[in-house]
Amino acid sequence: MGDIISISAPLTEREVRKLRAGDNVLINGIVYTARDAAHKRMIEMIKKGEELPVNLNGQIIYYVGPAPAKPGYASGPAGPTTSGRMDSYTIPLLEIGLKGMIGKGSRSHEVIEAMKKYGAVYFGAVGGTAALIARSIKKVEVVAFEDLGTEAIHRFYVENLPAVVVIDSEGNNLYEIEPFKYRRI
Amino acid sequence: MNYPKFFKEGFIVRNIKAEIIKEAVRELFIKANYVISMDLYKKLLEAKESEESEIGKNVLEQIIKNADIAKEENIAICQDTGMAVLFVELGQDVHIVDGDFNEAINAGVREAYEQGYLRKSVVVDPLFDRKNTKDNTPAIVYVEIVKGDRIRLIAAPKGFGSENMSALKMLTPAEGVKGVKDFVVETVLKAGPNPCPPIVVGVGIGGTMEKAALLSKKALLRPLDQRHPDERYASLEKEILEMINLSGIGPGGLGGRITALAVNIEYYPTHIAGLPVAVNICCHANRHAETVI
Repeated sequence: MGDIISISAPLTEREVRKLRAGDNVLINGIVYTARDAAHKRMIEMIKKGEELPVNLNGQIIYYVGPAPAKPGYASGPAGPTTSGRMDSYTIPLLEIGLKGMIGKGSRSHEVIEAMKKYGAVYFGAVGGTAALIARSIKKVEVVAFEDLGTEAIHRFYVENLPAVVVIDSEGNNLYEIEPFKYRRI
Repeated sequence: MNYPKFFKEGFIVRNIKAEIIKEAVRELFIKANYVISMDLYKKLLEAKESEESEIGKNVLEQIIKNADIAKEENIAICQDTGMAVLFVELGQDVHIVDGDFNEAINAGVREAYEQGYLRKSVVVDPLFDRKNTKDNTPAIVYVEIVKGDRIRLIAAPKGFGSENMSALKMLTPAEGVKGVKDFVVETVLKAGPNPCPPIVVGVGIGGTMEKAALLSKKALLRPLDQRHPDERYASLEKEILEMINLSGIGPGGLGGRITALAVNIEYYPTHIAGLPVAVNICCHANRHAETVI
């Protein structure tokens, strides 16, 4: 495996375009959480021409619904959820400048094409390593849709959150490249 | 006084307070969410040794480290602490007193998810009112009446990353063994990286549609180093596991040899016209915990 690249969110298009599928990264700075329900609301707001509660230009969205934090912890366990469920909501967010997504699992062809067009990258975190990932989350604030509970939009301040570039802005996809090397059927 | 017949004959029932059931359910769901079973932990260690892919090895290392952290710090392994599935084997000589059986179970779930800092992931209505019930109830409960005066409880909280990748098909008898193999492998291939591999694959064959689905979930409860007692099914389990591990999906779906840790099959008699097959995929945590009251 190659060197580990440290990145800091928000990201510029130039930084994003340099990342390649297979790069190991440590993510620092701010990431916003959103999953099904928050995405649905954001898309409804965009359709109505309303301003979103967070400016997503240059930002990273982490697909996660954290578990509650025990006393003394900044965050409860917070591993990635299946990204594909957000596919049908993703393109309008890429259009308004979303630069990164963290999740697990495949993305649709349409989303990958839009990532190429607008310059965005999809990071994979290891599904089911929620207790480990939570150690990288230093502070948590709920910034929108508080009524959604775990599905609200949280602002995570992260330090060295480990992830791998799964799909880069040229459409290279680690979920296709790597399994192909080991496929025998 | 006219006692009922069974009193006169000295028939003994064992009284168990609903409160005891509630406590047991609470403890089990917390335990299942914090600690993975030893058979699974051993499989993960073995997988890390045998995995050929460097990325795959690294993913397995993170999974093992995560399990260690969760156990040491008493926190959830995964943020998706699941829907609360509970299998109950209820001895026919048990009499539940001082409370309601179903309410005791739901109270146990409620307390586990609140006191254990577990995520509440259940919505009121799947279609028209997706509002969180806020306490992770209702539980999904399967009761089987068995001999004796004990209650065996198995808590199996199930996350939906893997549940969503599960599938069921009504095969024709003509499709036979090959049809079963193909359907299980096809389901795993379709799931790809989504269900948090390395996965555990539960397969239910036979019965009716819902019986096959239930068997596939029960199959996940069997220890991973224990093959089916019927040799034919045992070798089918091994064969399907080998096929799955030739898929290349690998740990985290990022390529490698270890896509599944085990395939567990359960079967039941079925209709002359049918061959139902259900595949319940579980993530690498395959959470469950049990106790006997």
